[in-house]
This record gives sequence, C-alpha cells and structure tokens, in this order.
Amino acid sequence: MCLAIPGQISAIDDAERLATVNVMGVRRRVNIDLLRQEPPVEGDWVLIHVGFAMSKISAEQAEEQMKLLELLGEDDEAREEAEGYAFGATQEQST
Amino acid sequence: MRYVDEFRDAARIKAVAEEIHRSVDPGETYRIMEVCGGHTHTIFRFGLSQLLPENIELIHGPGCPVCVLPMGRMDVGLAMAERDDLIFTAFGDMMRVPGSKGSPLQSKARGADIRMVYSPLDALKIAQENPDRPVMFFAIGFETTTPSTAVTLLRARELGLTNFYVYCNHILVNPAIRALLEMDDMRLDGFIGPGHVSTVIGCEPYRFIADEFDRPIVVSGFEPLDILQSIAMLVRQLNEGRSEVENQYTRAVSWNGNPSAIAAMDLVFETRDAFEWRGMGDIPKSALAIREEFAAFDAERQIGVHGQTFPDPIEAQCGEVLKGALKPTECKLFGKGCTPEKPVGALMVSSEGACAAQYKYADVTIGTTG
Ligand code: SF4
Repeated sequence: MCLAIPGQISAIDDAERLATVNVMGVRRRVNIDLLRQEPPVEGDWVLIHVGFAMSKISAEQAEEQMKLLELLGEDDEAREEAEGYAFGATQEQST
Repeated sequence: MRYVDEFRDAARIKAVAEEIHRSVDPGETYRIMEVCGGHTHTIFRFGLSQLLPENIELIHGPGCPVCVLPMGRMDVGLAMAERDDLIFTAFGDMMRVPGSKGSPLQSKARGADIRMVYSPLDALKIAQENPDRPVMFFAIGFETTTPSTAVTLLRARELGLTNFYVYCNHILVNPAIRALLEMDDMRLDGFIGPGHVSTVIGCEPYRFIADEFDRPIVVSGFEPLDILQSIAMLVRQLNEGRSEVENQYTRAVSWNGNPSAIAAMDLVFETRDAFEWRGMGDIPKSALAIREEFAAFDAERQIGVHGQTFPDPIEAQCGEVLKGALKPTECKLFGKGCTPEKPVGALMVSSEGACAAQYKYADVTIGTTG
C-alpha cells in the first residue's frame, strides 16, 4: 500500500474532479484534487495512492515505477488495488 | 542465490556498492536508519545489506503505520464495529492486525459488518449507498495517506452526508524521528528519509534533524539503486562531518512538497498534544485529530466507545523492534509464537513490517558475481 501505482490519464471530469486513468491495463477513475497546483491534462502520467493522483511524473519514471513493482512482485497487487477502487468504476463497469 | 546482475541497473548498483566499500572508514561504524516501511521491504526483498560493508548497520525504523498503532486503538475501532448497524471500513493491511480480542477479520466472522476498501472514497461511496446506516472509515497512515482522508472529508461535507465518520489514526513522521533522537540509549548516525511522505511534505521539514541533532538525512527513492545511492550520500556526509538534508529522489520529491495536499491536511486536521505509539509510549505532537469544524464526521466524538489500552503480550518485543533496538529475529517470539499465519504483533502482518519482511525473505541471499 505504500508503493504508488503509475497510471496515464485518458480523460478528465473537472466537475467531479476525477480523471480516467489506465493503470497497468486497468481503466479506473481517480481523484485529482491533490494536483490543484499543477492541473493534469490528458496524456499525463501520475502516481496513484489509495485512489488519489499524488504527483505528476514523466513517462520514463512511470515505466521505472512499473518495473519496480514487478521486481518487488507487487504488480498484481497494484493491479488488484486499481481494480478495487469501487468509487472509480466507470459507468459501464458499475452497471 | 540471486545475483546483482539480475537487477535493473546491475552495473550501476555494483559501482555504487563498490564506492561505499571504498569510502567507509574501517575504524568507524555507521548506524543508518531507514524510516519508511517501504524501504524496509525493499532492503529485505533484495538482501541489500549483504552488498554493504560490515560496519554499516541498517536499522529498521517505525515507518509502518499499521505496526505502530497501539492495540488499544484497534480495540476502540472494533468496539465501534460492534454497534449493530455500523459498517466498519478499512484498508486491506488492517484486516489481520490483532486487537486484544482478535482482528477485524475475526470480528467479521463473528458477524460484524467489516468491509475492506482500497480508498477512503470507497468508504464514502458505501455511506452514500447506505444512507440509514453509520459508516466508519478507520483512517491510518503517515503524511502520504492523510491528504486523501482530508479530501474525502471535504467531499463528505460538500455532499452533506450525515452517516459518514472517520476514526482518525493519522500520524506524523517527524515527531517520531525526534523521539528516537532524544532517546539516550539509541545511537543513530543518519537517516534514509521516506520517499512518498516527502512527495507531500517536501524536504524542508527534516531540517531539524541536521540543525538540532547534527545528523544527515537523505530522502530516497524505492529502487535498490536509489537506496544504495542514498547510503553512499550519507556515508559521504558522515565522513566529511557534514549534516545536511539531501534529496536523492529528485524525480518525485520537491523541496517544498505538494502545496494542495498540505493545504487539504491543514484545513481538516490539527495536531494532537500527544499520541501513543506501540512500544514507544506517548510521543508529543505526533498525530492528527479532526478539527472542530468537522466534528460531525469524527468517529471519536460521535460514536461513543470507551478506549482502553491493553498492553501487548509480555514476550512480544514489537516496541524494541520498532525503535530499531532489536532486530526482528532477536524477538523471543519471532518464527515461534509469532508467524504471518498467527501474528502476535502487526509487524508480522503488514508488508511494510520488519518482521513480516524478515520472515518472508529470510533466505534471500545475493552475490555480486554470477
Ligand atoms: S516477531 Fe511478532 S511479537 Fe516479535 S516483534 Fe515481531 S511482530 Fe512483535
């Protein structure tokens, strides 16, 4: 739970302050309130912790972070966590 | 046996390890504490201490929030769950943490409505879906996790929810470091600073470690190479008699942290006068409570249960291990009375706990050639 999960933003819902991200093949929405000082745009990579985008990172850093999770054997856990965000299920997933 | 060559950046890892070997003063010992449980996990997972000279000792710090939570706090949370209609929510790490009358999972087996969530926003969603039942989120974590609880509470207020409560167990990393530095019988020469906590608070708040206590601290990333580089930076500072705050993890951590996250925390939380840490006793100003303005969402104010502190089992030496005074294997119960299947202390449960990491990776050995 301490390790952050990298994800790439594919859409932003400003009203709900949620961004749709692709997290290691899983599509989920995460909260972007903690990035107010540097509002993210589509295509940005972010580090995600307990359902919140915590910081913007480069594509290269995102890749490094994914490799680290794999190295630690925690990539499945990370994917499971992203899948587990119930609040972030997109419309088609929650029906 | 694993070989360094299998690691990413193998050549650089070897080079940094060699640099450390060359630069240590053979007549000195270096006692370096990694504060963060994520670092502890990486160190055990990759057997990193085997790459270091013998006179560098890595001390595992109290940076696992689940581990430092005293049993009494868990008992209070579980007592809340015993109210017939309450829904108890918590992160997965918490589910097997023993309270004096068992873990959340055991309470669930006895009929309490205990649900695992991956985000505080999931708990909020459960509250929205169950408007006639109280929903409590067992909030735990350092500054990495606190901003997300803060935003969730702000959202709860915005939505006008009246059935959502947070049981706040958020703790602060620096007061714990200060407490360790003030212990007479504890010698710590330098610190590997927590990576993710620092993405939130930045590096500036660690300055007291250098200024007041003359110890170096290097904020570090989580890859094996990051940790070794940070150790090399610490050794260099110590050899040169410097004590500064340095940032190895510049790719994620800025000097001043994340202002939106800090603002959200300040809005919702205030510092408690003192808070009990497992095995370390009361530490002044080391935890957060929910501010008066958000009292309606504060489980401690709204859900009356009486807290009682139960001492840990007598032979359990979790406190000593958390302070870094004992290694996990030196606890009398390690691997005997206390295993991941039957944990006595939370350090044996959480993946960030030193005992669980030691137990799981006991046979990780690494060689530098292969
Ligand atoms: S082995 Fe068990 S009882 Fe001993 S310190 Fe670790 S968690 Fe505590």
